[in-house]
Amino acid sequence: MELSSSILLTIALAPLVGCVLAGFFGKQIGRVGAHSITILGLLISFGLSFYVLYQIAFAGAPVYNHNIYTWFEIGKYTGSVGFLIDRLTAMMMVVVTFVSLLVHVYTIGYMADDPGYQRFFSYISLFTFSMLMLVMSNNFLQLFFGWEAVGLVSYLLIGFWFKRPTAIFASLKAFVVNRVGDFGFLLGIAAVLYFLGTLDYATAFASAPTLVGKTLTLTQNIHWDAATVICILLFIGAMGKSAQVPLHVWLPDSMEGPTPISALIHAATMVTAGIFMVARMSPFYELSETALSVVLVIGATGALFTGLIGIVQNDIKRVVAYSTLSQLGYMTVALGVSAYAGAVFHLMTHAFFKALLFLGAGSVIIAMHHEQDMRYMGGLRKYMPITWITMWVGALALCGVPFFSGFYSKDAIIEAVHDSHRWGAGYAYFCVLAGAFVTATYTFRQMYMTFHGKERFRVEHHHHDAHGHGHAKDTHAHHHPVHADVAGLHAHAMTDDPAKHGDHGGHEPGVLEHAPKESPWVVTLPLILLAIPSLLVGAVTAKPLLYSGWFGGAIHVNEANNVLGEMAKEFNGWASAGLQGLTQPPFILVVIAFLITTYIYLFNPAMAGKIKTAFKPIWTILDRKFWVDEIYFAIFARGGVKLGRMFWKGGDAAVIDGVLIDGSASLVQRIAAGMRRVQSGYLYHYAFAMILGLILLLGGYWLIGQ
Amino acid sequence: MITLSHYIVLGAILFCISVAGLFINRKNVIVLLMAIELMLLAVNINFIAFSRFGHDVAGQVFVFFILTVAAAESAIGLAILVLLFRNRSTVNVAEIDSMKG
Amino acid sequence: MFNHLLSLLIWLPIVGAVPVLLAGSGRPNTARWLALLMAILTFAISLFLIPQYNPGVSGMQLVESHLWIESLNVHYSLGVDGISVALILLTTFVGILVIVGAWEVIQDKPHQYMAAMLVLEGLMIGVFCATDALLFYVFFEAMLIPMFIIIGIWGGPRRVYATLKFFIYTFFGSIFMLVGLIYLYLKAGTWDLHALAALPLSMTEQSWLFFAFLIAFAVKVPMVPVHTWLPDAHVEAPTGGSVVLAAVMLKIGGYGFLRFSLPITPDASEHFAWVVIALSLIAVVYIGYVALVQEDMKKLVAYSSVAHMGFVTLGVFIAFMLVRDHGNTDAARLGVQGAMVQMISHGFVSGAMFSCIGVLYDRMHTRLIKDYGGVVNVMPWFGFFYVFFAMANCGLPGTSGFVGEFMVILSSFSANPWIALFAAFTLIIGAAYTLWLVKRVLWGEVTNPHVAEMKDINGREWFVLGAFAAAVLVLGVWPEPLIHLMDNSVNQIVQMLAIHKV
Repeated sequence: MELSSSILLTIALAPLVGCVLAGFFGKQIGRVGAHSITILGLLISFGLSFYVLYQIAFAGAPVYNHNIYTWFEIGKYTGSVGFLIDRLTAMMMVVVTFVSLLVHVYTIGYMADDPGYQRFFSYISLFTFSMLMLVMSNNFLQLFFGWEAVGLVSYLLIGFWFKRPTAIFASLKAFVVNRVGDFGFLLGIAAVLYFLGTLDYATAFASAPTLVGKTLTLTQNIHWDAATVICILLFIGAMGKSAQVPLHVWLPDSMEGPTPISALIHAATMVTAGIFMVARMSPFYELSETALSVVLVIGATGALFTGLIGIVQNDIKRVVAYSTLSQLGYMTVALGVSAYAGAVFHLMTHAFFKALLFLGAGSVIIAMHHEQDMRYMGGLRKYMPITWITMWVGALALCGVPFFSGFYSKDAIIEAVHDSHRWGAGYAYFCVLAGAFVTATYTFRQMYMTFHGKERFRVEHHHHDAHGHGHAKDTHAHHHPVHADVAGLHAHAMTDDPAKHGDHGGHEPGVLEHAPKESPWVVTLPLILLAIPSLLVGAVTAKPLLYSGWFGGAIHVNEANNVLGEMAKEFNGWASAGLQGLTQPPFILVVIAFLITTYIYLFNPAMAGKIKTAFKPIWTILDRKFWVDEIYFAIFARGGVKLGRMFWKGGDAAVIDGVLIDGSASLVQRIAAGMRRVQSGYLYHYAFAMILGLILLLGGYWLIGQ
Repeated sequence: MITLSHYIVLGAILFCISVAGLFINRKNVIVLLMAIELMLLAVNINFIAFSRFGHDVAGQVFVFFILTVAAAESAIGLAILVLLFRNRSTVNVAEIDSMKG
Repeated sequence: MFNHLLSLLIWLPIVGAVPVLLAGSGRPNTARWLALLMAILTFAISLFLIPQYNPGVSGMQLVESHLWIESLNVHYSLGVDGISVALILLTTFVGILVIVGAWEVIQDKPHQYMAAMLVLEGLMIGVFCATDALLFYVFFEAMLIPMFIIIGIWGGPRRVYATLKFFIYTFFGSIFMLVGLIYLYLKAGTWDLHALAALPLSMTEQSWLFFAFLIAFAVKVPMVPVHTWLPDAHVEAPTGGSVVLAAVMLKIGGYGFLRFSLPITPDASEHFAWVVIALSLIAVVYIGYVALVQEDMKKLVAYSSVAHMGFVTLGVFIAFMLVRDHGNTDAARLGVQGAMVQMISHGFVSGAMFSCIGVLYDRMHTRLIKDYGGVVNVMPWFGFFYVFFAMANCGLPGTSGFVGEFMVILSSFSANPWIALFAAFTLIIGAAYTLWLVKRVLWGEVTNPHVAEMKDINGREWFVLGAFAAAVLVLGVWPEPLIHLMDNSVNQIVQMLAIHKV
């Protein structure tokens, strides 16, 4: 049965309606009204998305590809708004609406006392709308709309607590860095239009083979292969959105936003838009080995090196953030070896377990009264068992322990890289394998520091009833050691921070007013609901998604590059794959990491410090994140401002205004000043001038007469 | 025999005297006025002479015009002079430079 | 009425200014209401253009022509095509908002202010209607007078310097145009633009004429390096003056290129297109950096206007490369359409940005960015609008700011990828300067006690900003109606480009 466009419109617009109602009439409908209405919108969206997935995947509905309305039409160029619903889109829709729905529910608990409650719901519903427009699009124009719109919402949400200097700095940074990616992305779209004359996916993909042999003339001697240019430009967009090296710098800072959006936007959905986009564009990427090698190397670099940074982080959210960067690297690597299905599969499993880890971290943060530093945690498992268990599920999935969902996706990627013969695959294999060890190390470290070992906080009962037991504190600036590095870049924003820190009724690190306790059900329910797919979804869907060509026409892979097809021959069901995985190098590395971290963090806590001192230079490099932030800030931000001042003062003020405009005025003035000397005011001078003039005139006349 | 050139030379001499009177004089505005009158006189002589030798009366008519205008002009000039003296207590040309740019 | 629709549109606000003026300073409210009535009436009449104008037919429509000065063969001839209709609608729309925006803000001689605004509106409509070169020139110059008065009387502390600079700059430019027009008249014996477009001219003649027109319109647009009057004029102008200046007056430069440079001197335009393209790209990149470091909000937005208008000139002149070097007419249409949409969109966005700054200025009487901070804490609704317009200013899809830039970048890639590369740089630098402004003004803690006392926008301001926001949103979500309106006219211009005169 053909899908109807009204269903698809409802899916996209229901969150938008929720957003508008909660945003514009937040005061009138109140807190309960705001969350009811947005959750209702999301429920509708999720329900219908699930229905669409069912129709597409099981009931045999044909691929839906229709335009809703024409955006512009000039000659042969048209831009439309429309939907393309195939299996890839349907899967993304379900993932997006599912995680978003859970995050909405979770937010009821997490933001309970925040003054911006309605605004927050409005934003996350707007995000869901934008993300759905992105994944459901059937053309580049709407893709770009969704692409930028999620960037806008990300900007608004990172800067949600707009009083915090670090948050608003991070939001600006995120938007501008994303814009660097979009810069490439837009040029990529322009290149598609130039070479193929259309913005429509279906038409463009159908004529993609005509790109072969076409070149883009940059100068008379430089001609670049058309497909490579398109793919690399589009991938620059993905680098921005999916936080790939070297445009990854915004993602860790985005943790300044409230935790629910870190889970939704900066882990599960938005940051994976780049991965989705490249998978969608697979007909182009398959044409360019060069572009895929670039993708591969960039992804591999990100997978390993950003993971390394995660090992030295002390902020519970930042560990997860760096882990996200690293996992995005894995997905990109999968794209780079043409294992698009593997990338999308990992995208899905990662969406579940990473959202789980973030929401779990959020739950811990609630319990710790918005303390995020793991150095002041420890032993929390007895206070919050549900969070503890669900987070372990997420952690094991992240590490790729057999039978957990992450195992099937991650192992497939590592295996695919191993089998690939693409340029850079060797380097990538090393990176992803070492990355497995690194991932396990920071994950276990995080779990141990948070839930196990000795309690590194103490409970003191202050009597600051005015503050209550509020999350409202979130709206005040915090003072964290981890914030210092961002703020250090942004010195003036930081100056008043310690002073504000004093307002917190004597809130000093590691001292709590109440004992930590398990979060309310609105928080734990989403954790449980996410733990289930984190545990199971891999085993259930690995065979169809990875090895049976489930995506059909949505993903195009050349036969020669089809590593997943090769691997399918050796795949004998989830159980045997899991058992096999127990003896494979990735799992062995995980076990080694497990043993090391267990020894260090459970049995010999002093070791950590000793290792840190012993490897001081390496530790410093990682702690400063390879100085990438500092370098960028110095070159682009400070350099930009300096260049701007130079242009302004030197170009506009000095040359144009100073020399040309005011200069010409003052030239006239100077000439006039010379002229006025002649005007002595003495009558006889004037008379003399008249006579002189007369003589000259007559003399001249006489001379001409001669 | 007095020819036309004699008259013209006389006119030129008078004109030069008056120009010199304008330039060299730095003291007195009254002398300036007189020099201007003299200049007009020089022109008148030329007019008369050409009228006589050219057998055209129009020249003499012009002389009457000029005489009238000169009289009016010197009357106004003297009036200005009186006012000037009242305000500035001087008729020294070198001190009258309020037109200076 | 429809026979003289254009005359009515021009003269209604100008004549309507008389009773407003007569209301006198003793009855300011009468003057305000009268002025508003006139503006609304003009807007209502301009809406008749939509049914009356047939976008399916190219060429001038609703034509009127009367002999004006017989000895010089000057005609009072009017006519509109799709481009003019769009710009007239923009003018009348902004006309209402400017009157409403100045309601209580202008306390000193409000009747004169309102009257000047109405006269200005009529003259601007005249510029967009004139099909006689001398009539165009008369409107073009006459427009300076009310603007001169508006900045000179209701302006800021350095208004004298700013008005002089504004006047001399634009006058200097248009004098060259006059010389060019006189030359054309002597050669052709007519001022009719259509006849002049058909006039055969040698390359030398075209080159001289091209530069004469270029100087006139480049100052108006303004293009680098003759843009420095704009920041000064904006900073000193009252809010309404800034809005009209940015929203409509700058467009006359872009409009002039389409009406004069392209049809009359096509070969010279092609030959020197690289000059204009280079200057446009400089405008995007160089001015972007200059905007980044501004300390005065109005200057920042003024500079961003220069950068955005760079897309207009880029889109117009890229068409030559596309038509003549690549034979790609459709891409050329895309570029010119992009330029036109950018003009309309910039009218809304910059008008809205200046209105926003006006709202802040009315409360704090300062335009320096450092005096603000944390405004959203006390003015949440204002914050919403400000962020919305800021996003439109950096070209976010879904707002009108995106449409024009998108089209121009797409078409310029077809001409030369390097041009597209520099043009697309606006994505980064535009976001940087706009959002940095937002960050410093809107976000953060309230540090200035005066900011803490600021009240959120009132109903009148809500109306002005809301109207702008609606226009920005509608145009961004569904630009097709506007594009359809202009499509035939743009197509005709692009067809003309292909015809060589030499």
